[in-house]
Amino acid sequence: MDSFLEERGAATAKSPAAQAGSALLPALHLPFLPPHLFQPASSHEHKLNFKKSKEVCLSYIQDSMLQKQWKRAAEFLTFYIESLEKDFSTEYMGPSEMIWRIGTEILCRHSHSSMKEFNSFIEQMKTLGVKRYLKVCLEHAFHLLCNGLIDEAYQNLSLAESWRFGEQTAVQDKEMKLIQAYRGLLDYYRWSKQKNILLEHGQDGFEDLSVEQEMHNCFRKAAVNLKEIIKIPGVWDLFVKCYVDLLEFYGDHNEARQVLNEYAYNSKFPANPNAHVYLYQFMKRHGESKKSLISALKILHDIVPSHELMIDFNTMLQKSKKRKKRRLGLEVIFAALDYAGWKENVKAWSCLARQVKQIVNSEKHLDWIKQEWNSRKDWWPAFHFSRYLAKRNWQENESLSYEKALVAGILLGKDCKYFKYVSHQGCKAQVKRFRILKKFVNKHNPVYLRISGLSDSSVQP
Amino acid sequence: RDFNERCAQCSEVNWGLTDGGRFYCRSCHNVTERTREVVNTDFVSNTRIHTISKGLRKQEETDGGCEWYVCEGFQLVLKKQAEALEALGVCPQMKDEILCNFWRRYLQKSKQAYCNRPAGETIKALSVCDSSTDVDSEPDRPSVLHLLSLSESEGDLQTDCSFASSTSKVSESTSVRSGSVDGSLYLMKNRKETLRMTMPMTLSFCYMALLWLREPMTLSDLLRFVVEGHIPYLNVFQHFPDKMKLCGLDLKIFCVESWPVYEEIHNKMLELAAFLDLPRFPDITDSCFLHPDMLCMKYLMEANLPDELHNWTCRVVKKICIGEADFLTLVPGNKSTRKVKYDVLAVAVIVVVLKLLFLLDDHYEWLLSDFAEERNKNNKEGGPYFEFKKWYKVIKCSLDVEQKKLDEKRAKYLWRCEKPLFYSAKKKSKVLKRRQMVVNLQNQFGKLSGSVRPAEKANPSSFQLSWSEENTDGSCFHGHSLKGILQEKCGLLTAMNPDYWLCTVKLCTEKSCGHLAHYREVDFPQSYHFVLRLFSFLLRIQPSYIHDEVCVIEHKLFNKKLCKKPKYNPSLRK
Repeated sequence: MDSFLEERGAATAKSPAAQAGSALLPALHLPFLPPHLFQPASSHEHKLNFKKSKEVCLSYIQDSMLQKQWKRAAEFLTFYIESLEKDFSTEYMGPSEMIWRIGTEILCRHSHSSMKEFNSFIEQMKTLGVKRYLKVCLEHAFHLLCNGLIDEAYQNLSLAESWRFGEQTAVQDKEMKLIQAYRGLLDYYRWSKQKNILLEHGQDGFEDLSVEQEMHNCFRKAAVNLKEIIKIPGVWDLFVKCYVDLLEFYGDHNEARQVLNEYAYNSKFPANPNAHVYLYQFMKRHGESKKSLISALKILHDIVPSHELMIDFNTMLQKSKKRKKRRLGLEVIFAALDYAGWKENVKAWSCLARQVKQIVNSEKHLDWIKQEWNSRKDWWPAFHFSRYLAKRNWQENESLSYEKALVAGILLGKDCKYFKYVSHQGCKAQVKRFRILKKFVNKHNPVYLRISGLSDSSVQP
Repeated sequence: RDFNERCAQCSEVNWGLTDGGRFYCRSCHNVTERTREVVNTDFVSNTRIHTISKGLRKQEETDGGCEWYVCEGFQLVLKKQAEALEALGVCPQMKDEILCNFWRRYLQKSKQAYCNRPAGETIKALSVCDSSTDVDSEPDRPSVLHLLSLSESEGDLQTDCSFASSTSKVSESTSVRSGSVDGSLYLMKNRKETLRMTMPMTLSFCYMALLWLREPMTLSDLLRFVVEGHIPYLNVFQHFPDKMKLCGLDLKIFCVESWPVYEEIHNKMLELAAFLDLPRFPDITDSCFLHPDMLCMKYLMEANLPDELHNWTCRVVKKICIGEADFLTLVPGNKSTRKVKYDVLAVAVIVVVLKLLFLLDDHYEWLLSDFAEERNKNNKEGGPYFEFKKWYKVIKCSLDVEQKKLDEKRAKYLWRCEKPLFYSAKKKSKVLKRRQMVVNLQNQFGKLSGSVRPAEKANPSSFQLSWSEENTDGSCFHGHSLKGILQEKCGLLTAMNPDYWLCTVKLCTEKSCGHLAHYREVDFPQSYHFVLRLFSFLLRIQPSYIHDEVCVIEHKLFNKKLCKKPKYNPSLRK
């Protein structure tokens, strides 16, 4: 056998060569050689020069940063900074960008740095490159916000906004929009603060015109900038939410709905589950029709089958009178439980248990369960219904084990490990519902045979 | 200096002199009406410069600089270097007699001074004509950009100067004048017969002077002192007098952006000696430091090897006649003699001796070491036998530590000085601003690094590793004996090891491929590589240079056998 294989291998290996030999050979085109091929490697390659020295220095910095040795990183950075004096390049990752990034990181992490020091560092970085100015400003504002310095951040953004330098490039244009948007966000923050003051005082029957005026002022400033940014395709969850909140407060529901619809359905925007969530929540708030709610959640289900709103979705669908919708509901809850995040969610399991029970009781649409189960019967038993999980679920969460046992009993029959363990424990503990459960499963055991395809009479209406 | 009033603008007392002889405030650049009574023309304390420059210097009111020539700049550099060498203990003759004479000879040979019609005159005439008839001569005049690329391809000048990347606009750069009179034309002179002065060449000058005096300083020592900052080289222009303004192409000439490379300095020195038509150098005899026997002793000590090995290095040196004055002494222009790199030669001899005794094939040396260990355990009398394994451990340990230190030092090297250079007056403010920012940032992160500013330079020493018998930890091998690996034959001690392996069977020709031999670490035993690494660390050169030299010595040593071989075994010739 082996020799036969070898022979065959040899034959196949030979045949192309033989063919090539008989056919006319195409001319061989030699590739180009580098022009200085014959020059020996000279000592210049090993020469330590400014550039090489700084490159080595940079790699030391990176090493120390990876090991969180901030002191050491700062030490090497001290020597790397010199490369700024050579940085006239327009390359993207020139030394100035490096120094900005590394320096920021070190100043954030180093135990001995202060906000004052950080600010002075950033101010210097701002003067380093025209092209990077807006980016540095924006990140500076983030850093200030992280440290709770909201007014400073606001000031910073306003300053950046008023900055002008020659002709703006497309990138700068975008960055400027971002700066404005974040300033708008801070305006929104101010607005909501004023609103709260007003609401509190409103309860006291006290009205302050200046606060109200200030609040409207903030609203205008925020709305203008937020509206601008969400026109550009992108993921603007934060901005959209704030903008919608503003609009809703002033009762402009049409505009709000339009914004959310645009955000969710405009194909130029990247697929974004949150867009549909926001739209759904908005519609729910305003009591819109089931149909439109379902259609919003349907899209969400397609994008993120494991989303937490799937419970709501399933509940809504189960209640539906239409067969098709109830069918979808089953699909939705099965799909959600495919994800590990749902494994121990009682709500989800009770949804499934309820629907399964309903189907079994009515003896209609057993094929739905069968279809869903078909693709899962290989892995769900180990994933959800192992003996180990039975033990743990029973110990940690009785209700969960009850719901799961019901599902297991129907899907895998009364002999399945999970059901057996849980029902046994339940009966031992004299809990009534477990006894009823046992009875129920025993009664409907033929269903299991039909679902798993063991029974001949599996074809059911 | 003799004007002590406060400045009207910033009330500082920090006066400098403008070219018009007026005082200006160094802090705020406010110029006063007061002038200095006596205009001091000999601003350079070196009188030799005046013999070069003819007559009184014209002082330009505009940019506050003084007329100066590139060669004057180099002369200053050489003077600084010679002074530093003197401070290191080199004999005082060196500066005023030897180096000075070499320099004069160079100026004469390159027709820059001491001749009937100095080349500088024509240059000056050219540059004057250039600036006056700007429109007509424009097409003939090569653009600065062209000059930059020209010198880059030559590779002997610093290629990566800061302005090189900034001169993207031709129109701008052509209008930039150099601070020196002939700076912009200096790079253009590319006549074959003259040897152009460069910064690395200053070190060639120094080395040549040291060699002439037979000073106990090898080229690797010299270059190490340069890197360690004991000899001015990098940023040497900051020692120029204030009136010698550097700008434009001067930067390309005087700005140093990389460390000197051993081979480059050595080759330039040979070229220079030939160019200057120097006679045969003083003989290198066995009493000189540069003689291989002496240097071997030094490197054996530094490598922590037994003193007894010296006997063997001397025998090798004698056998292949590399200890003779005729071989060692430099005869400029004589192409037939080999140009000796004294330090590399000496360490190569040591490597060959180690190969003779220990074979260094990753096997035999450990065998011998085990044998010596056994012997040392059982016999405590007399000096201990040399154990290769122990030596390896000790050396590896300190070599790794030192190498790490050196690598970090290289990464931490500061290349810039307080006096920044700018390509043109236009860039001045930008450069100064950058400089200020760099200083600020350095201070900021320096504080965070917790370390005080770099400690002052360590004292120069020709030894980088030192081992002392006084250490009781047994880490010094100088006194260990080679008895275990030698045997007596006919009253002579010979190595027990009967075999040898050649690093290469055939030497390449230097002309065709640039090397005599080729070194790839993976092709050779690790012990051999370790020894090369040790010496390459000590000399700060690539291991392959030492390998080349080892190959050459081996071929001399086994010359007869190598020539005979084909007769007995012609099939090997393939």
